[in-house]
Amino acid sequence: MTGFFTLFYKELLRFWKVGFQTILAPMVSTLLYLLVFFHVLEAHVEVYPDIAYTHFLIPGLVMMAIIQNAFANSSSSMIQSKISGNIVFILLSPLSYHTIFLAYVLASVVRGILVGLGVYIVTWVFFDIPLQLPIWSIIFVLLGSGILAVLGLIAGIWADKFDQLAAFQNFIIMPLTFLSGVFYTIHSLPSGWQYLSHLNPFFYMIDGFRYGFLGVSDISPYISLLIVASCLMIISMLAIRMLRTGYKLRH
Amino acid sequence: MLPALEVQHVSKHFGQIHALADVSLSIYPGEFFALLGPNGAGKTTLINIIAGLSLADNGVVQVMGHDVLSDYQQARLNLGIVPQELVFDPFFTVREILLIQSGYYGLRNNGRWVDEIIERLDLSDKAHANMRALSGGMKRRVLVAQALVHKPPVIILDEPTAGVDVELRQTLWEFIKQLNRDGHTIVLTTHYLEEAETLCNRVAMLKQGRIVALDNTHNLIGQMTAGNSLRLRLSPDTLPEGLQDRLSKHEDGIHELRIDHYVHIESVLAALRAANIEIVEMHLQQPDLEDVFINIMKNNNLTK
Repeated sequence: MTGFFTLFYKELLRFWKVGFQTILAPMVSTLLYLLVFFHVLEAHVEVYPDIAYTHFLIPGLVMMAIIQNAFANSSSSMIQSKISGNIVFILLSPLSYHTIFLAYVLASVVRGILVGLGVYIVTWVFFDIPLQLPIWSIIFVLLGSGILAVLGLIAGIWADKFDQLAAFQNFIIMPLTFLSGVFYTIHSLPSGWQYLSHLNPFFYMIDGFRYGFLGVSDISPYISLLIVASCLMIISMLAIRMLRTGYKLRH
Repeated sequence: MLPALEVQHVSKHFGQIHALADVSLSIYPGEFFALLGPNGAGKTTLINIIAGLSLADNGVVQVMGHDVLSDYQQARLNLGIVPQELVFDPFFTVREILLIQSGYYGLRNNGRWVDEIIERLDLSDKAHANMRALSGGMKRRVLVAQALVHKPPVIILDEPTAGVDVELRQTLWEFIKQLNRDGHTIVLTTHYLEEAETLCNRVAMLKQGRIVALDNTHNLIGQMTAGNSLRLRLSPDTLPEGLQDRLSKHEDGIHELRIDHYVHIESVLAALRAANIEIVEMHLQQPDLEDVFINIMKNNNLTK
């Protein structure tokens, strides 16, 4: 267990030491989104009856911040270690691949949650946002940030250079995030787009998380839970397999 | 005796290139072993396979009896590797790095040993400096320290003195010699053959992924059939008739004579005295590991 805690602690320290960049900056940019969308849309958009747009938007933005930072953490940590070569210190050690997997993923989950919590606390000062079923939100935070942390690990292992990682982030993660219903409900979309949205696993994370706040959702939170948990399991198996076989790490 | 490091029939290729071709090698506890060979001979590839950083195509590697694949955790607990590249983690200080590294090996509260290594490697001034702020030589010492946090019985150093100044090289070797006296098995690669000659009891030479020589250092040097040679500058610059058959080279006024045994020196001197030839300059040249190395590399031209 010492091995796990050390790597976990090291991964926490890594982002904590540059907290302006890894925690505060994403908090500020999320709050800027909120400010702009609140100003422009608050009076014009009603997503669910009797629910203010801000109440709809804030959980979405919080979840977006959480998953983006979970991804950013594991992916950047892995690729930096690979490119600078200091990944050898982990590869030379007796740490098992399960340990490496867990430490990277959990540290990234922590960073995601810190950013999300920061955003939530700031908005909570200005807006009275109900959190009706907190347990649902917590479950989806853990699963959602877990999925993105694992995806980040996979991307970090796969990418040989920062350029490839940026491509992964901009062509896969960003579109899936922005088209997942952070800013709108998919019921407002034409039916073709609604169908496509149902294929996006990020949609279920956001919808499930928001259910915890509002008590209403586009689809049943149980279905979302099932889909999100299955996604986490599948990509975790993939990532562990990559670590076990030494894909791109041990030649 | 169980070998500290056992390499059996290990092969590895990268595309068309055979980096290692059926390499077998046993290194025993307490040995100070040198792995020599020109660049690209496969030294680092072999070390990477032992370390688990590379996977062999076939063959078996064991560290203290533990297979590096099926029993990798035990194998790595018994192994300390100093990589050739100057890699470091820019987020941490020297002491933080060493404590973190200890944790990877399951060691909590390793502060006392970490402080001792810091002290012995002359890093005390830099213990709380960030890795980025360190000079190349200092970073090299930290790499050595990192390989030692778990007191591994087998230590492999891949060119530990490349690009290191004379003073540090001395302290580094003193430290490594001490580790060897304390019972650690040491394996090193170096391009400084006189280092290997003075330090190592046994030597393997690699060429194009094959072992072309494997013996103790004395035997290897003893095998040099050319043996010793005596370099003489004479006045007058002529060699008596009786010594002509010993002459191997005559250039720039220097006669180079083959001397198979030291007793022959006496007869050379006697012949010169008899011919009334004065010795202006004399130099006895003995073969060293470098001669052996060049000789072996020349005589093992393998087909690519």
